[in-house]
Amino acid sequence: MANRALDGVGGFLDDRFRGAKSFRTLFKKIFPDHWTFLLGEIALYCFIILLLTGTFLTFFFQPSMTDVIYHGSYTHLDGIRMSEAYASTLNISFDVRGGLLMRQIHHWAADLFMAAIFAHMLRIFFTGAYRKPREVNWLIGIVLLTLGMLEGLFGYSLPDDLLSGAGLRILEGVMQSIPIVGTYLAFFLFGGAFPGHLIIPRLYILHVLLIPGLILALITAHLFIMFHQKHTQMPGKGRTDKNVVGAPLYPYFMAKTGAFFFFTFAALALASTFAQINPVWLYGPYTPVAMSAGSQPDFYMGMLEGALRVMVPWEWNVAGHTFSFNVFLPALLPLGIIFTAAALWPFIEQWITGDKREHHVNDRPRNAPTRTALGMAVITFYGVLWLEGANDIIADHLNIALYTTTRIAQVSMFVAPVLAYIITKRICLGLQRKDLHLLEHGVETGIIRQMPSGEFIEITRPVSEEEQAKLAFPARPPGLPAPDSADENGIPAPGTRGAIGKVRARLNTILTESVELPGSNGHTNGHGADGSGQAQDEPEHAAVPAGGVPDGSQEIAPGAGQADSGSSGDDAPDQ
Amino acid sequence: MSETNGHGELPDETPDETPAGPHRVIGTPPPAEARTLLGGREPDGDRPAPRELPADPADLRKAKVAERLVAACFIVAMLAGIGFIAAYIGLEVHSVDAVLRSNLALGTSLSVAFLGLAFGATIWVRHLMPEVEITEARKPLASPAEDRAAFAETFTEGADASQFAKRPLLRRTLIAATLPIAVAPIVLLRDMGPLPGTSLRHTVWRKGLRLVEDVSNTPIRPADFSSPGGMITVIPEGYQDDDDALAKAATIIIKFAPGELQHPTVLNWTVDGIVAYSKICTHVGCPVSLYEQTTHHILCPCHQSTFNAPKGAQVIFGPAARPLPQLPITTDAEGYLVAQSDFHEPVGPSFWERG
Repeated sequence: MANRALDGVGGFLDDRFRGAKSFRTLFKKIFPDHWTFLLGEIALYCFIILLLTGTFLTFFFQPSMTDVIYHGSYTHLDGIRMSEAYASTLNISFDVRGGLLMRQIHHWAADLFMAAIFAHMLRIFFTGAYRKPREVNWLIGIVLLTLGMLEGLFGYSLPDDLLSGAGLRILEGVMQSIPIVGTYLAFFLFGGAFPGHLIIPRLYILHVLLIPGLILALITAHLFIMFHQKHTQMPGKGRTDKNVVGAPLYPYFMAKTGAFFFFTFAALALASTFAQINPVWLYGPYTPVAMSAGSQPDFYMGMLEGALRVMVPWEWNVAGHTFSFNVFLPALLPLGIIFTAAALWPFIEQWITGDKREHHVNDRPRNAPTRTALGMAVITFYGVLWLEGANDIIADHLNIALYTTTRIAQVSMFVAPVLAYIITKRICLGLQRKDLHLLEHGVETGIIRQMPSGEFIEITRPVSEEEQAKLAFPARPPGLPAPDSADENGIPAPGTRGAIGKVRARLNTILTESVELPGSNGHTNGHGADGSGQAQDEPEHAAVPAGGVPDGSQEIAPGAGQADSGSSGDDAPDQ
Repeated sequence: MSETNGHGELPDETPDETPAGPHRVIGTPPPAEARTLLGGREPDGDRPAPRELPADPADLRKAKVAERLVAACFIVAMLAGIGFIAAYIGLEVHSVDAVLRSNLALGTSLSVAFLGLAFGATIWVRHLMPEVEITEARKPLASPAEDRAAFAETFTEGADASQFAKRPLLRRTLIAATLPIAVAPIVLLRDMGPLPGTSLRHTVWRKGLRLVEDVSNTPIRPADFSSPGGMITVIPEGYQDDDDALAKAATIIIKFAPGELQHPTVLNWTVDGIVAYSKICTHVGCPVSLYEQTTHHILCPCHQSTFNAPKGAQVIFGPAARPLPQLPITTDAEGYLVAQSDFHEPVGPSFWERG
């Protein structure tokens, strides 16, 4: 029966599109498995759910700031002047069946969308999955994150309730603080002085057409590139930079990812059933005269909010012009620096390490101690400002004086990242030593044996092949390129001489810091076998693999297969 | 479906370990027996590839249990879906309680429907589909050098044929032709809004305009304040429905005991210890809505800029850089509070032209 359908429908299509071969390849595509690979999928499914629920909402929402007097089902606001946008939001919530559920799913999905993007991005960073050849997809991801923040901000501004109006007021204040063009930008966006009657319809069209269109296009590009380059995989038995191990798209991945879509939708539906979100009817319509205490933006804007709160009151008046450092610096710098640094990081890392190889096996975070420590420092910095964005709530609940919370944030935004860096690096190195110990001495079994000499020893069992493959240290980068060697990656080759060369060498030492493998020749180890004889069938330019453990009783060369990725032939040349 | 059961009948070939090695290899998920096979090259069309995926799971008895479980999940999902439609048809909205009931019924049924599908599909994949692990070789991402060279050749040929490189006049005039058109969309945005002009420097406050209490819109006599106390939000009379005006003109008044008001508060702009300040925060424009009577601190709820009310609303904490502007007030013939004039400086957040 199945075959008849295949002949019928499949034949009909193939007669016209000649798809048998390409669809076979597609169906056989291998998808590696790891729970962290689901984070990006959550974001994707949230986006689909956002499109579905958002479309439903547009059938009822009126993006209009025309004043109306409300006489709807929510009697607490009967007779109150409000915008049509706010009135139609009340209408969706109280007079459209399923309207409240769709509104809440839409809002929860937006929050989960952003949370999943953040988590996905951190996964990519900490496992080094952004490395060559995936730098472009990393950049697309950062643009997607930025667009997601804007999309969310514009979305929760649309109901024109008291809270969202305050958000727009802050947006206007921040825009005005931009030197030279700020006032004009604000007037053009709002169509005149705040609030005017144009901002809601303008944000609406950006929110439902322009930004989602861009996001959709970029997600498509993101997925096609991922598809073309194939997934990365976590270290494990038989997994190298030259293969991909997993289950095929059809039927395995299709069924798994379908199930995951349903899980995501179910989680959002559950949250929207039992956890109220954005009850705009309680906030009341926007008025520029009032503001309630304890106002918070959605979580993904909290860091910007905290940056505004933590800033000191610097303002300059120079030659009749005002520099509002107190507003535009915190609005621009912290997030701007993080995003710019994140965008440049793959290229910075490549330049420092001189590593031009393709990477398809991910790092365990501990095996890149400096990168992991840097990431934790940034998370800590972000986290301090994010918490400061809710400092009034924290002060209230923890009984700390309000100003004390800000003082703490002002100090810890500088101190805490440094501590996080140091602590994380120590933890990573410690974990590496533990792995090394396991590889060298095996797993302690808890069995004590007395030797004929009277000595007591604990029996250890060698780690299994699977464990070895996971514990293996990744191949070290091949070391900095020789002086005057050209750089094929578009980055100006600074050479290794001169001040820049010295800085680079110093950074290289810091960035590649890792536990010393017995038998390996240091951090910037270059080439050749290390005497253990296990790397002998590696090409000449391969880095020393993790096999350098001179323990005759065990064969530990699981990294050997990963040591060489030189498929594209543009590895750093030998010295 | 009956030719192969997927286990013992796979060709028992040993994978070839030469560099040209197997393109696709089925791994050996423990504890099933080894079943690697040569995937070989892509079929040339005439020769079908050997089966790569086992047709049945290892443990058929467990699979039978799983099958029933999956079916049960799907039936639950179906019933929940029917429940969703029933809840939509049966439950009215139009009041807070009815909406809460409807939301609970719709949300619960929808969640259960999706959970049923999700669990069913998951059990199906994990316990009914035979376990496989396939290793696929990656092809190098970079094109072979000869392909690159061929492309470069094609590109150069095309560039030559187009004359683009050879004729700089064409090239330059083409670029010149596109530049104005590229700028045009930005120019088109000019009418998005009026130029700011001096509008940020003024509010609707003017001489003799009454201060009325927000919401109730009643004018205020100094005698209405029996004693020093809280902060009252006032707006210019007649502007209660004009959000554009209110966004700049919203004002607070606070009454102080004699002698409490100090420099730099302008005492001539106060009436009987009643002082009026702009309600729009000088940081980013939130209405400063909190007032602590014991300390006389005005606090902005958005970013916690704190202003010292008796001393000219100077900033004592937070990111705001300037005090709240003071509105000069007096009383009219009927004894109601009125403005003496507009604010003497721009209210609200800083802007480039403010100076």
